[in-house]
Amino acid sequence: MTETTISAAGLSLTFQTNDGPVHALKDVKLDIAKGDFVSFIGPSGCGKTTFLRCIAGLETPTGGEITVNGMTPEQARMARAYGYVFQAAGLYPWRTIGGNIKLPLEIMGFSKAEQAERVDRVLQLVDLVGFEKKFPWQLSGGMQQRASIARALAFDADILLMDEPFGALDEIVRDHLNEQLLQLWARTEKTIGFVTHSIPEAVYLSTKIVVMSPRPGRITDVIDSPLPKERPLDIRDSREFIEIAHRVRDGLRAGHVDV
Amino acid sequence: MKSALPVLTVIAAILLIWIVAVVPMNIHLTADQAQRDGLAVTPETPVERQAYSGLGLTFRNPGLIAQTFVQERPRLPSPHQVGAELWKTVVDTRITSKRSLVYHGWVTLSATLLGFAIGTGLGILLAVGIVYNRAMDMSVMPWAIASQTIPILALAPMIIVMLGAIGIQGLFPKAIISAYLSFFPVVVGMVKGLRSPDMMQLDLLRTYYASPSQGFWKLRLPASVPYLFASLKIGISASLVGAIVAELPTGARAGFGARMLVGDQYGQPLVTWAALFAAAITAAALVGFFGLVERLTLRRMGMQTA
Repeated sequence: MTETTISAAGLSLTFQTNDGPVHALKDVKLDIAKGDFVSFIGPSGCGKTTFLRCIAGLETPTGGEITVNGMTPEQARMARAYGYVFQAAGLYPWRTIGGNIKLPLEIMGFSKAEQAERVDRVLQLVDLVGFEKKFPWQLSGGMQQRASIARALAFDADILLMDEPFGALDEIVRDHLNEQLLQLWARTEKTIGFVTHSIPEAVYLSTKIVVMSPRPGRITDVIDSPLPKERPLDIRDSREFIEIAHRVRDGLRAGHVDV
Repeated sequence: MKSALPVLTVIAAILLIWIVAVVPMNIHLTADQAQRDGLAVTPETPVERQAYSGLGLTFRNPGLIAQTFVQERPRLPSPHQVGAELWKTVVDTRITSKRSLVYHGWVTLSATLLGFAIGTGLGILLAVGIVYNRAMDMSVMPWAIASQTIPILALAPMIIVMLGAIGIQGLFPKAIISAYLSFFPVVVGMVKGLRSPDMMQLDLLRTYYASPSQGFWKLRLPASVPYLFASLKIGISASLVGAIVAELPTGARAGFGARMLVGDQYGQPLVTWAALFAAAITAAALVGFFGLVERLTLRRMGMQTA
């Protein structure tokens, strides 16, 4: 039995808008074990990003329970329990890549020596050695996103939350980054929450796929992937992979029909 | 360097229009002068000539065209006259002399710079207040906008007289008027700059549990730098205008404003025009200086300039 890192039960979040209440999340129940790679997939408005933001303490649920490392999300945020990667890299243009990675370290009060040592280490993890002194505009979109992952890894949080991190990148770069992300996950043994709307991406990366549907935002299926931990890119042509992809697609379709 | 050709083209066009305009503007004066010198002019009396437009009179007396460019007190001085006056008062006159435009320029410039420093400081403080304090957000901006709708020409004498009444004279009252004009663009630019980080970047800092002051120093302030420079370039030229306007109504003895007034009152248009051009060149130099500082700063910060 592995230990539970993130646990949600009966979680609801309703936004009050001028057009009446919007049920972004309704009665969501999910347990994420330590070391899991969990993908959240679903059409827009299904609450996948909202759920990730609830884990991060960036949104406050209006009902139900959620704990992160046994704490409330707010406490977990205070304890700097997770690194968050957004859809855009969001690097500061006035800081070098190294400077950007140092940003959380400066805020959290690491010593200068430790900052330098950690920058070196995470640059190696994301394969950006030698780019420390470059400015963001000198890097490609894929490299910028890798730098932003390095920034999220720098302070050694054991949870990594990623909100469509590769959504804005082209297919080839995306494949490459997916492969690298799996290697990184294997090396660091982090718990990863990953929002995507690409079925192959979700199936390729995850140990657990959470299929969601909108109005109200809810979970329609949770699939524990039988794929091995070692996953070369061509695993995507295997029968198992295609079966899981089918199940995800069926789940998405089912969620759509009953709207 | 790419901009050299367009800029030169515009200057050439302005010069051409100016030169062409000199003739009809000065032809009446020139005709009167020529008549006094005993030359034949048509029509023969000043009263009759008043009935003609500048162009009409020029066509009747084409021989006088050359003379219109060298009148001692022209209605519109020709470019070379203004150039010569500038040369005389900037280069050929000792800068300690009351006739030196360098001397007058420094009087105006010192008030400009002091006022600009006060205005910029005030503008940045107000902008920080507006961004961080909801009450200030709701209340300050309408007043700042209202302040700029009051004609400075009406306000300047009041400020100078009132400050004079409590014993404050010289540089400081002029600087206040400069500050009054220059704080506004700084407020507008800095508010926009401090608010330029998007939701995502603010959320990122929240995930680090960063304090508000860390958010200010590490994100909002650096993000506002390009906006600040745009404002500074507007602010410095507004400051110069403020200092000149402050010299006009109170009979200041020195400064560009004083020179313009002297030229007007004693019928010496060349003095006025030279002061005008010196002020414009000063403004261009100040704006150019801040443009240079902007380029160097942004390059140092790693941000590409557009």
